[in-house]
Amino acid sequence: MLEEHHVDLPADPESVSRLKPGSVVYLNGIVYTARERVYDFILNRGGELPAGLADVSNVNFHCSPAAAARDDGSFHIGGVTATASFRFSRYMADWLDRSGARILIGKGGMPADDYRNILAPRGTVYLTTVGYGTGALLGRGVRGVETVYWLREFGIAQAMWLFRVRDFGPFLVDSDLEGNSLFAEQGELVNRNLDRIYRGLRKPTLLRYGETDDRTDELI
Amino acid sequence: MISGETIEQAGYEIMKRAAIDIPGDYLSGIRDAARKEAEPLSGFVLKTMVKNYETATEDRRPMCADTGLPRYYVKVGDEARFSGGFTGIEHALRSATARATRDVPLRPNRVHPLWRTEYNNNVGINAPEIEWSFEPSAGWLDITTVHKGGLFGTDYRMLFPGDGIDGIRRFLLDTLVAFGKRGLCCQPAIVGVGIGGSKDTCMQLGKQAACLRIVGDRNPDPKIAELELELMEAGNGIGMGPMGFVGSSMVVDLHIEVGFTHTGGMPVSVHTFCLSSRRATARILADGRITYRTDPQWFTPYYRRETVDWPMDGLEAVS
Repeated sequence: MLEEHHVDLPADPESVSRLKPGSVVYLNGIVYTARERVYDFILNRGGELPAGLADVSNVNFHCSPAAAARDDGSFHIGGVTATASFRFSRYMADWLDRSGARILIGKGGMPADDYRNILAPRGTVYLTTVGYGTGALLGRGVRGVETVYWLREFGIAQAMWLFRVRDFGPFLVDSDLEGNSLFAEQGELVNRNLDRIYRGLRKPTLLRYGETDDRTDELI
Repeated sequence: MISGETIEQAGYEIMKRAAIDIPGDYLSGIRDAARKEAEPLSGFVLKTMVKNYETATEDRRPMCADTGLPRYYVKVGDEARFSGGFTGIEHALRSATARATRDVPLRPNRVHPLWRTEYNNNVGINAPEIEWSFEPSAGWLDITTVHKGGLFGTDYRMLFPGDGIDGIRRFLLDTLVAFGKRGLCCQPAIVGVGIGGSKDTCMQLGKQAACLRIVGDRNPDPKIAELELELMEAGNGIGMGPMGFVGSSMVVDLHIEVGFTHTGGMPVSVHTFCLSSRRATARILADGRITYRTDPQWFTPYYRRETVDWPMDGLEAVS
């Protein structure tokens, strides 16, 4: 049985420090979405974050919701799913400093070095969504849209959505405040088996330029 | 005569069904994988996914918010008659896509590749894709939609006849391991392998094999059917499960489709469908009635025909 945590938001340092790789997390409070368009606007183009964001929420969800505007101006949120986080690696140090985010949620984690060098030193942990398709469960956890920023400018997928959430999850803790990573640990275990499954299979007739045979390599 | 409104209505309805209701064959496949999975983390993921499918159906909300790149496969019976012609079908399906994107809602994923501009409706230049096939002696129109995530889990490689089955096996392992780490390709999934054709048909066949055949379906060529099972076992023997965790659930089923290719080469493509493998089909009958199902029945004997005449009359291939 996996350990389970319920965290009220904004998350205080103690509840963040209790989160250990492989435990299950549900959130209550407000989370916001932000990805490349928001990062670029704030960090490279002189954009300003909404005032007092960190007091409302310190949880950045790498997500584009399946959302639609209703005629009365409210929003219909259907499914909610994370997008792959490694693409945002280069923004993270500055973004965490500016936003004060202490929990990142996304798909697939960040490179293991980022945890040691960027997230853990700033008191931030990373939670991954489960199976990468629990859109309905997470959608059910979203109780409403608190507000949305830059919808016109960036579109539905890239706008900053503030969601009111209740029993929002499940998520799995990937990285903790010591910089440990569940993905890295599991990846190493999987790597140990790889020589066995390739045994006896010779190299292809035509190689690809720059191809290596190091199976511990990651694509991210 | 089938009207444009009927086609639009069918297109809209399958968009909704594909996004919300997991196909029965796939659900049984995942339940089966969950039963066999001995690792606690991988097992937790699979059980959570099953709960997610149930929630999607109860709440009528998309099972995954990444509703992928919605697209269509249309099979037209020779005797089917529809007002508005073929471009009328295309217009109806573009309209259905835009309407479903707003109503379901689907995520408006489609943007211009360079300017990143969009109309927030999943319609644009060359989008949604509509692929056509035909069927002799039929008066119906079959429309299938597939919602598949678009970024990871697909690869192509030019192999050569001398690389043999081992070469295919190795390339499959390469693709599954590479994209399976951290679960980028959202495994376990239905895996499609395209072998032969030219590069584009190879990709197309592999994609169709992943997205348009159901769990448990086997290729009619017994030797290819055997290879499907052998490669599925190889995928599940990697030691990797959902999200790249230690486990045994990588491939829910594996389908191979082939096309005659250049005598010197053996191109191979690998496609992983999503953990939420989403598809739905509508059949519009000559009188305008619509029936719905989750098995696209795309690969008909006619579609896989081997030579000039069909059915073949006592012809045998030579080497």
